Amino acid sequence: MGMSIQQIIFMVLSVISLVSALGVVLSKNPVTSVLCLIVTFFTIAGHYIMMNAQFLAVVHIIVYAGAIMVLFLYVMMLMNLNAELEPQKRNWLKYAGAISGGALMVVLVAALRDASMPALSSQPTDIGLIKNLGQLLFKQYVVPFEVSSILFLSAMVGAVVIGKKD
Amino acid sequence: MTLLSIDWFFIIEKVLLISVVLVLSLVVAMYSTWGERKVAAWIQDRLGPNRAGPMGLLQPLADGGKLFFKEEIIPTNSSRFLFILGPSIAMMVACMTSAVIPWGDTLVIAGRPVSLQIADVNIGILFIFGVVSMGVYGIMIGGWASNNKFSLLASVRAASQIISYELPMGLALIALLMLTGSLSLKDIVEQQRHSLWNVCYQPLGFFIFLVCAFAECNRAPFDLPEAENELNGGYHLEYSSMKLGFFLFAEYINMFISSALIATMYFGGYAFPYMDSLGLDPNVVTILGFVALFIKTLCFIFFFMWVRWTVPRFRYDQLMRLGWKVMIPLALANMLITGALILARQH
Repeated sequence: MGMSIQQIIFMVLSVISLVSALGVVLSKNPVTSVLCLIVTFFTIAGHYIMMNAQFLAVVHIIVYAGAIMVLFLYVMMLMNLNAELEPQKRNWLKYAGAISGGALMVVLVAALRDASMPALSSQPTDIGLIKNLGQLLFKQYVVPFEVSSILFLSAMVGAVVIGKKD
Repeated sequence: MTLLSIDWFFIIEKVLLISVVLVLSLVVAMYSTWGERKVAAWIQDRLGPNRAGPMGLLQPLADGGKLFFKEEIIPTNSSRFLFILGPSIAMMVACMTSAVIPWGDTLVIAGRPVSLQIADVNIGILFIFGVVSMGVYGIMIGGWASNNKFSLLASVRAASQIISYELPMGLALIALLMLTGSLSLKDIVEQQRHSLWNVCYQPLGFFIFLVCAFAECNRAPFDLPEAENELNGGYHLEYSSMKLGFFLFAEYINMFISSALIATMYFGGYAFPYMDSLGLDPNVVTILGFVALFIKTLCFIFFFMWVRWTVPRFRYDQLMRLGWKVMIPLALANMLITGALILARQH
């Protein structure tokens, strides 16, 4: 034994999230990719719940899995992507992709090696509960919070302007 | 009895409760199909199903048996896994919402308080919102995997309809939250137990929520995704046997759960007038409360059916206009007025 129930759940969740994240990248069918991404989001929400951040978990599901991915799926389904109809990519494009991806990984690994990451405290935390999160957002961080809402507003206005162009 | 530092009695209690709630939703959904046909018959001055059993009461069993034994057809050019996943998701999502609804107060069995709510999480309403937003996947995946243009059109319709009506639904809920100050459905019911029902404070919010619930359940007058005269049946066109049954059944479970939710949030849930001054045993009051919630729920299910057989289906552009240009501004206005009134009362 020697494993608590939290550790078992963590292991299971992590394995599922890694496998489904790999599925996003490796699957040939774009719709399968999107579905794998949805599974990944769910496992990440599971990790949030493990950290006692239920509000974050549920908002994560509503916003990402419930809204954004529905639109992704919507577009994917309407595009009707077929392997036969797709223009074949040239080989040099694949090599360029592999090299730039590898370079990005080297940078990430280097950054992670130099970053100082203090071990997470094993104490239970309540910061993810909705009450504490609300207090934090609307008292301590109220200015950045409101500024980000202006960002959303400008994005909305932009979408309407583009939509009305014709 | 603790193993792996888990209270096993707690697990047994919850498993029992989950099974009971699940069976209850399935039975209610099953008899809603019978009820729907009886109500339709009553409204259209017919008799309705009356052959299988007394008053046709065995009709749902006959229908279910027929669906189980029908030939199962999976279209050749469909993606098999997703084709089966579609109805499974629809069914699973429909059954998940019942977890946070308080079906009653606490029962005391052998000195052990047993809450008649599967999970009293402090984000109850958001949980429901999350599950509802998942509901569209069953229809979308099923419709796309069928490899049929009509099915795809229907699932695209369903997706845009559900996303459009989620917004006013969420805004109506925000106004309710501002009033109650809690996301837990249990707290919301307990508040209504000691004062007026929320519908008295939130009539407009209740109306908006009700309309959006119709849209989210794909019920008439918003049953565009299964408009048979335009789409040959809609997203479940290629489905047969029990996979079709799952789609149809999920709609009835959704209707039951939405009715229970409306009853819980706006009509007092398991609370009924004078429940604390009857002087009865708490266990009896709890059971009476459950009965009260059940009756309220049945009333709303009847209302769903009544509307279906009274109001004609919207056109698609009317549906979108209603969603974006009427419901959302109304919900925003409701939120503003609620906020202003709460602020005025505090000063």
